[in-house]
Amino acid sequence: MQAFDIEVTLGRTRVLHGVDFTAKPGQVTAIVGPNGSGKTTLLRATTGEIPFTGRVLLNGEDVARQKPWQLAAIRGVQPQSTTIAFPFTVVEIVRLGLTAGLSAANTDLPVRALEKVDLTGFENRMYQDLSGGEQQRVQLARVLTQIWQPMVDGTPRWLILDEPVASLDIGHQFTVMDLTRDFATRGGGVVAVMHDLNLTAMFADRVVLMQDGRIAAQGTPSEVLTDATLTQTYGCPIPVNTTPPVGMPFLLPQARMTREPC
Amino acid sequence: MSLAVDAPSVHAPPMDRRVQARRLTVALSLLLAVTSVFSLAWGASGTSLWAAMADLAAGRELSRLDRIVLFDIRLPRLCLGILVGASLAASGAVMQGLFRNPLADPGLIGVSAGAGLAAITAIVLGAMLPPAIRELTGNYLVPISAFFGGWGSTLVLYRVATRHGQTSVATMLLAGIALGALAGALSGILVYMADDSQLRDLTFWGMGSLAGATWAKVMAATPIILAALAVTPFLARGLNGLALGEAAAGHIGISVQLIKNTSILAVAAATGAAVAVSGGIGFIGIVVPHLLRLATGPDHHSLLPNAALLGATLLLAADMIARVIIAPAELPIGIVTAVLGAPVFLWILLKRRGALGL
Ligand SMILES: Nc1ncnc2c1ncn2[C@@H]1O[C@H](COP(=O)(O)OP(=O)(O)O)[C@@H](O)[C@H]1O
Ligand SMILES: [Mg+2]
Repeated sequence: MQAFDIEVTLGRTRVLHGVDFTAKPGQVTAIVGPNGSGKTTLLRATTGEIPFTGRVLLNGEDVARQKPWQLAAIRGVQPQSTTIAFPFTVVEIVRLGLTAGLSAANTDLPVRALEKVDLTGFENRMYQDLSGGEQQRVQLARVLTQIWQPMVDGTPRWLILDEPVASLDIGHQFTVMDLTRDFATRGGGVVAVMHDLNLTAMFADRVVLMQDGRIAAQGTPSEVLTDATLTQTYGCPIPVNTTPPVGMPFLLPQARMTREPC
Repeated sequence: MSLAVDAPSVHAPPMDRRVQARRLTVALSLLLAVTSVFSLAWGASGTSLWAAMADLAAGRELSRLDRIVLFDIRLPRLCLGILVGASLAASGAVMQGLFRNPLADPGLIGVSAGAGLAAITAIVLGAMLPPAIRELTGNYLVPISAFFGGWGSTLVLYRVATRHGQTSVATMLLAGIALGALAGALSGILVYMADDSQLRDLTFWGMGSLAGATWAKVMAATPIILAALAVTPFLARGLNGLALGEAAAGHIGISVQLIKNTSILAVAAATGAAVAVSGGIGFIGIVVPHLLRLATGPDHHSLLPNAALLGATLLLAADMIARVIIAPAELPIGIVTAVLGAPVFLWILLKRRGALGL
């Protein structure tokens, strides 16, 4: 997935100023940056939700020239938050992913997708009655149902996720990040807006750091997540790989590497 | 204590609302058939459907009076009731899906008023049209005009109330009130210009009634309403997707613009034709889809056909009430649906106030 010179103007403000970025299949690409730096706007432009100038290629083809159903067959998009208009149950929401593309015939996918996001048994609950984090996982299950196979006929498929772990507890953050990791390992492409720099360092192959509607840095986590770039971008000193003063508890997701998986 | 330590926990088989909805479709079809028979049997005159059927079965001729009452009065009225009830309820359901809002009803938000204004215009000023056009449109002048009225108002409403794919409930309702008031005022001016015979038509029509049912009206409304109803199955998937919002609907492969345009056209056609032949009959379009969502959920694949069936049944039932409650005179059916529907509507508002952000 490639984006060239993306510019977006919302209302009277220019929100993105000529953004170029590349995400490769087989990798998890994380978009990070301070609040309001334009991460969501970049995703919404590249997925065609808002008008923009520039060009976006997906698997080498210009997305502007493709029909919604063609794109839906190779790309699933999870928005930052979703409100549902009517009292649908969880499984009815997830089933909406079935109506698109190649997975349409496979009617047990919704249940399997819910199992993947650890929501087994939630099938007949009302979506509106779930907590924010549970709703977010339902939406992810819907996207997974739509884009179940990371590769079809040698062509990669894409998961585009806006803050997929933002309101999740740490256990489910791992559940979801493991899922994206697995999807990329099997050949698919993942582009995710991330808030948590630790999880980003742990799971991303590539990091795109945004600031004020521009790309401040992109590269591998160890190239981008340095004292200098982070301090400059976030406007306050952020030392990397430094333990806090003695006696102050701290908790790093990376420490999971030393234990059994959950 | 327990022996079966490793026994898998027993789950009740998950209830699937799709199965319930299909059963409901069958039940509602039967109910509509039964109601239709009663509607034919029910009326002010002494004609008895049962006696007539016995006569027919025995190969006897029907009396002239019985023939007229059954075939020229009750049967067209039955057909019109089914058509109008089905189209009001299905339009309500489509409109609510389109606006992502259970309160969007063509009657409530000024679409019926717009269609009504156009219909009145056609009734009062139609005579001024060049004969060639009147020749061409014939019976269809009023329904076609009502269609354009309904279409225009829906377009205006959608423009005003929807920003970035999100419909504001407050804006939609207020714009609907403004549109309804404007259409009402303009209709009032036209009523002043009407002559006596037009006036009688208009008064009865304004309150909503099936009393003027004729085969001509049935013929005028049937193709338009059937075409609109025939389109609705193709909208079901799109309207389900729209519940996620316009952007997300696009991402699951729905041509959002196509669905929106088609929905608006179908609603305008069905509402326009219904208004043209029966006037403003309210609340069917909001109460019926709401009850069905409570019963079997909001999936439009079953909601749209079930709404048409239940709408037709309820309208026939309301019509029977309208015919007998002050017999030998009869009440405009719009009054019956309002008296029964308005409290249900208030109850919906009470229960859903929070969820609607009002
Ligand atoms: N509809 C809009 N009109 C004007 N400005 C907007 C609009 N949406 C977002 N913005 C602005 O664009 C900037 C980037 O927003 P966004 O992409 O949502 O940030 P984030 O990186 O936190 O996801 C913010 O400064 C925000 O205020
Ligand atoms: Mg954001």
